[in-house]
Amino acid sequence: MGYIAVKGGSDAIHHAGELVEFYRVKEETPPLEVAQIRSQLRLAVDKVMGEGGLYAPEYAALALKQSEGEVFEAAFFMRAFITTLERRYYSETINTREMFIRRKISASFREIPGGQVLGPTRDYTKRILDTKMVEETPEDIRAFLSRFELTVDPALMQEITSYGKVIDLLKREGLLQPVGNVEDTTLKDITREAIKFPAPRSARLQMMARAETGGLMALGYSSLRGFGDTHPTVCELRYGTVPVRVKDNTGRIRYVGKVELTEAEMISSMKVPKKGAAALYAIGYGLCFGQNDTKAICMGILDRSMRTPDGKSPANDQEFVLYHTEGIESMGFTNHLKLPHYVTFQAGLSNVREAVKRASALTAAQAAAAAASMTASAVISVTEPNTLPVS
Amino acid sequence: MIENKKYSSRYNFAFIDESTKKEIRRKLLKAVAIPGYQVPYSSPEMPIARGWGTGGLHVTLALIGKEDILKMIDQGSDASVNACNLREFVQMMTGCRTTFDTKEASLIQSRHRITEEFLTEEQIFIFQVPQPEPLRGVERYEYKTRQMHGEADYAKMWVSLYESFVRHGDIMLGAGYPVKVNGRYIMAPSPIPRWDIPNLNQSRTLYLFGAGREKRLYAVPPYTTVEPLEFEDVKFKIEQFRDVSCYKTAYRRAFLDEMYLDDGSRQHVINDSNFLDKVEHGQAVIPFTNPYLEQIPQ
Repeated sequence: MGYIAVKGGSDAIHHAGELVEFYRVKEETPPLEVAQIRSQLRLAVDKVMGEGGLYAPEYAALALKQSEGEVFEAAFFMRAFITTLERRYYSETINTREMFIRRKISASFREIPGGQVLGPTRDYTKRILDTKMVEETPEDIRAFLSRFELTVDPALMQEITSYGKVIDLLKREGLLQPVGNVEDTTLKDITREAIKFPAPRSARLQMMARAETGGLMALGYSSLRGFGDTHPTVCELRYGTVPVRVKDNTGRIRYVGKVELTEAEMISSMKVPKKGAAALYAIGYGLCFGQNDTKAICMGILDRSMRTPDGKSPANDQEFVLYHTEGIESMGFTNHLKLPHYVTFQAGLSNVREAVKRASALTAAQAAAAAASMTASAVISVTEPNTLPVS
Repeated sequence: MIENKKYSSRYNFAFIDESTKKEIRRKLLKAVAIPGYQVPYSSPEMPIARGWGTGGLHVTLALIGKEDILKMIDQGSDASVNACNLREFVQMMTGCRTTFDTKEASLIQSRHRITEEFLTEEQIFIFQVPQPEPLRGVERYEYKTRQMHGEADYAKMWVSLYESFVRHGDIMLGAGYPVKVNGRYIMAPSPIPRWDIPNLNQSRTLYLFGAGREKRLYAVPPYTTVEPLEFEDVKFKIEQFRDVSCYKTAYRRAFLDEMYLDDGSRQHVINDSNFLDKVEHGQAVIPFTNPYLEQIPQ
């Protein structure tokens, strides 16, 4: 008997829960501190916040600890937690021109206002396993930090503020297609109402901001590689902190804190709608919590590609992109296949059995008919001489 | 370091906040008003994975009151692991009494089965739905299927049934056989076996359907006509359990599970665990009855 019909279903799930906890701690290594995860697994924390749709680094770190580092599960904890929170305010529109820049690069110009700022990135490091890290000690970390501090000029630090955006240059010159959000007169909150198609851009961007990085990457890449025709350039990619403000009950705008964001503005040339019309640049926009270049860039690609529906390219198809990059839903549904399906299976089984019976009856009937006709022709050939007219 | 009053205090009764519960109830009212029509709703995330009964949970949690008695079944069984988990969650969040007894329950949440025991006006039956769109097999785009429902344009569906008959000699649909509700909407009854389909028709109980991942609610109100799709000359059939009966009770008019025992032999047993218990112990139980079941010898 399988695990399904056992009356001890409750015992089984409790034991499984105990066992997974045992697997987490069985080696008796020192417990991971949430602060450690938050700082040393920074990018995992960012991913969990982005896909969980909740900006709360400590909770994200805790979720990672609880899920043994499984990012999907951790993001899922965050999503479930949101349901218990009251929705009090919508923030005022965030202005990324106010961003305290930690990283900003442009691929479309050699020099941009404020210069190219690589910031913290692994892009130009060699991906070689650092075996010395196995023996890293707190002293090593302290030594690195004091050495690093010497290289920083505190006077220059003061100068870092905010910078203008690269797209503003193109806008000023009249080269950029206006965004034209005519479809968005009101903000759709995709967490409060089900998405409908065709979805307005605000809904599309919200869905992608919470989407799974790998899913966005797969579809974004497909569009670049050949199943689509986007050839965008990173006009600007920036990562840093921006202030968040809400309007209180008296109508006053109040500052409530800062969030870390990655923003990608991808430009590509527009398809000219009619002959002789100016071929402008158009923007594809990506924005997500924390530092996640891949997600922001791929979101930018897909924002652009979804604007020109095309039956042949998955990346240009709203329903395809938005439904299938939603990580929590995809994970849940693909994993639900583990649930017992024996009733469902039985329902199909009886159909298949009947069909097999019908098919074999048919084959048997055909074989019998063929045999009968062969015998018949044999009879004819044997009797043929006798059919000759006897005179 | 983490200070959170929410953790130290209790969760809201039935986990979901009151305004969202109200929203779900209002959408359910709409669903009842338009039988078989899929109503989009917020579908907040649950601490249960998508595809594991979140839609059913939304309906249960939005409706449940302190006096309710909950029964939770999965593929006919009260003891199935996921049913245990969902039951425990609802109980944790509400303190409500739970039961295995179909008759005693005021709310029944089920995955892919209707109970064999007759349901009454006093009960609400809640289905977990993986795919609320009956037309998804013939039309992949949501915006098109909504339009097809709007115009009652079900030609593609009928053609697919016809094609199935031409290719295989029968309509090969198994669980989740499409039905027409109140002469208007084609509806996915959730993957219940065909055995259960006739019990949706003119029922005394209120049937509610929750599809969490796809964010749709729909309903079959009491005394509504529900007809399986069929042709004049090719009729809907329920699963046939020919020449077999429950090995424990010799009962025949119930959906049977096929089991393979350790010695390789095949046995059948009543699928509905509570019904099996009642039949086995000779307790009084009123089963559903319908013209399809009446053809089966006792």
